[in-house]
Amino acid sequence: MQQHHFEDMEQQREASSLGMWIFLITEIMFFGGMFSAYLVYRYWYYGAFIAGSTSLNVWYGGFNTAVLIGSSLTMAMAVHSAALGKQKLLIMFLVLTLILGCVFLGVKAIEYHDKYTEHHIPGQHFNFDKYETMGGAEKDYTGDQGQAQIFFSLYFALTGMHALHMVVGAGLLTALIIMSLRGMFSASYYTPVENIGLYWHFVDIVWIFLFPLLYLINRTHHG
Amino acid sequence: MAEHIVSPKIYVAVFITLLCMTGLTWYASTVDLSLTMGSHLVNFNPLVALLIAFFKASLVILFFMHIKYSARLTKVVITAGFFWLLILLSLTMMDYLSRALLTAPGNAQP
Repeated sequence: MQQHHFEDMEQQREASSLGMWIFLITEIMFFGGMFSAYLVYRYWYYGAFIAGSTSLNVWYGGFNTAVLIGSSLTMAMAVHSAALGKQKLLIMFLVLTLILGCVFLGVKAIEYHDKYTEHHIPGQHFNFDKYETMGGAEKDYTGDQGQAQIFFSLYFALTGMHALHMVVGAGLLTALIIMSLRGMFSASYYTPVENIGLYWHFVDIVWIFLFPLLYLINRTHHG
Repeated sequence: MAEHIVSPKIYVAVFITLLCMTGLTWYASTVDLSLTMGSHLVNFNPLVALLIAFFKASLVILFFMHIKYSARLTKVVITAGFFWLLILLSLTMMDYLSRALLTAPGNAQP
């Protein structure tokens, strides 16, 4: 329904998506701060960051990237179905998106558990003793525990904040599913679906940058 | 125009491109993309990975998030937002990367 302070429906819709984007830009700056911390420390403690990064399992990260891209597709299809007023398709695509989001979080939980059993969680029991070949010479990182702890602190801060956003997104999706089951959306009103869709795609974009930065860019290197 | 309906075919095409790009960035990470520049060996793997990530993010923003079809004001706001992020990252790194260039006398690079 059009509110009286808007000229027409189009202006109302543009205002809502602009507002959502302003919020997403604050989120971009929030993650941007953590990304710059990662880049600065990677420059300072290059060796420890390569050793830490290569100890991560690329298969988990790669699989999760595919899962999140898939969930972005189903979310885009959910918005598409909502715009056409197809209620059953909308519910189906929202449920699919929620399932894919949960798969991502499940894989993340397995990954965190691996880190836990390897004593790679920063704190009292942190122990990182990976030997890494640096320019032909083997280096023992048992002496650089502090630097390795900074890598893993940033790893958990970045992936943890991302996972928290996924949990919030899963909650929002559940709310959307309940709302669409109650028939609250139609072809003329589906703004919540659209805006939560924007949020979900944003979380996907953060992971698109996290995957290469944390898992990939340190695989080939010179000492 | 917010009301623009995008064909599902475009969504599927974007999805397949994103998957291919994920495969490409994964493969690129296993290839040593180092070049000798002057007396330095420069590793271009991070640059290539970030360029692919920017391309993937642009596809998501333009098509999944409908920015290609949205109002000019929204486009300007988003561009300004990303430009602000660029300032944050580039000015921060400009400081840290240039510190080694300004060492005390006697520590000059060969």
